Amino acid sequence: MALTQTPALEPGADRTMILNMGPQHPSTHGVLRLVVEIDGETIVRIMPDIGYLHTGIEKTCEAKFYQQVVPLTDRIDYLCPMTNNLTYCLAVEKLLGLEIPPRAQWIRVMMNEITRINSHLVWLGTHALDIGAMSVFLYCFREREDVLRLFEAVAGQRMMTSYFRIGGLALDLPLDFLQRVKAFADRFPSNVDEYESLLTNNPIWINRLKGVAKISAEDAIALGTTGPTLRASGVDIDLRRDAPYTGYENFKFKVPVGKEGDVYERYLLRVQELRESIGIVKQALEGMPAGRIKADAPKVVLPDRENMKTQMESLIYHFKIITEGFTVPAGEVYQAVESPRGEMGYYIVSDGTAKPYRVHMRSPSFANLQALPAMCEGRLIADVVAAIGSIDIVLGDVDR
Amino acid sequence: MALAPAITDIEQLKDKPEVAALLAWNTAAVTGAKFDRNELTVWIKRDQIVPACLFLRDHAELKFNMLVDVTCVDFFPSEPRFEVVYHLLSIPRKTRLRLKVALADNDAKIGSVISVWSSCNFFEREVFDLFGVQFEGHPYLKRIMMPEDWKGHPLRKDYPVEGYR
Repeated sequence: MALTQTPALEPGADRTMILNMGPQHPSTHGVLRLVVEIDGETIVRIMPDIGYLHTGIEKTCEAKFYQQVVPLTDRIDYLCPMTNNLTYCLAVEKLLGLEIPPRAQWIRVMMNEITRINSHLVWLGTHALDIGAMSVFLYCFREREDVLRLFEAVAGQRMMTSYFRIGGLALDLPLDFLQRVKAFADRFPSNVDEYESLLTNNPIWINRLKGVAKISAEDAIALGTTGPTLRASGVDIDLRRDAPYTGYENFKFKVPVGKEGDVYERYLLRVQELRESIGIVKQALEGMPAGRIKADAPKVVLPDRENMKTQMESLIYHFKIITEGFTVPAGEVYQAVESPRGEMGYYIVSDGTAKPYRVHMRSPSFANLQALPAMCEGRLIADVVAAIGSIDIVLGDVDR
Repeated sequence: MALAPAITDIEQLKDKPEVAALLAWNTAAVTGAKFDRNELTVWIKRDQIVPACLFLRDHAELKFNMLVDVTCVDFFPSEPRFEVVYHLLSIPRKTRLRLKVALADNDAKIGSVISVWSSCNFFEREVFDLFGVQFEGHPYLKRIMMPEDWKGHPLRKDYPVEGYR
């Protein structure tokens, strides 16, 4: 396919004009700037301008110990912090060759799916708000509050959880946590019905979304799109099923695949994913194994607080890990995880020291944003907002 | 699980379909291969990267139809200084492949694979911005993360973490 971005946007003929959209624009979900060339109401060219939120996390990682990078990963995609934690931890664990105990894996799966629900709820609420359906936003954020309370209970933080650590988890679950998750999981499907009753058959919603920002499967693959955006175009790939990690092979779930490739299809898909995620959470609750939550690797995993008070070795290991970090065998790994937005990948190069030589985040939003021109060009300017909402970008994830 | 040692002998890796196909296509284009932690890496000669990518994409069995990521690693001060890293994914086969191209410091140029996958557009711009690697044939090679008047390339190892002051 033709490359949709062309050098130098100049207002050529009299017919077109350049419209600047963002970076401060409520429906760009952050600080995305779009330079749009329009002919009347039709878009001739659209060019995303990014980098306003670039914080150099990849550079910062090179100056930190491996365990100090975990809190940085939360800040990349702040709507799915645990997925970022998970990808980074899995990559380092792969470098180390660490085996994670089953309980930690199941908790990881459960929390990861709750994170997906959190992310999709924010997406649904803000997307509906962009289109003009105010009330859905309020309903979605009501349930998101429940999810954030669960995060707070488990990690002490509502957004930047840093709950997954290299070799396991920071802490075990609080006492009544599983009951709270169960109460949420039992209640949540009826909430999804509620959102659907407001939107799915709503004629305004359908007219606004159906046939908008279509992209074919070939174009979506060529442009590197992943996640629900790619599956809505009819490509059946989900890393949780196709390249299972952290024990996803033990769970049964359906991967919804669309065929139209328009905004409405992406909406339907994500709502189905909400239902599938809650199914996975329920399975995790039923089969939650007992046991340790950290790998048996004293040189890598921080010792339990209680042991440090009585055992000399634990105190020494704690001191060593905090002050010197732990060394990781030389090598390189690329670990990909199915985040709510698509394929999130961490490419880590180790030179055998305690600090990563290079950490690269392959963020799904960055790649998916490339599909925006292909979705919008030749269509109406009013549909841009719907298109941006439908690819579900997080600008922290785009700019890193 | 203990880590299995990496296999770097190209003869031992000939049973991998990717390595076998690339060698059968052009022996001179492949300069090395590695199988480590279940991940396959193939080093490609710089001038062969675009045809190699085209070959892998259009191969009837390999079908590497998606370019997932392009990035770079700086090995300053050793030479060759840069390694451009391509992560390929075959959606029908659900397999991955990593291609690498080594670049010298004074000649950090490589052909753009934009004719093969349009997804490399942003990725190559990012590598250009943060490492200063030139991608020849890229239609819009401008800074993407940093401001346009920024000096230097921040992810290079000789660029201080706190920036130039």
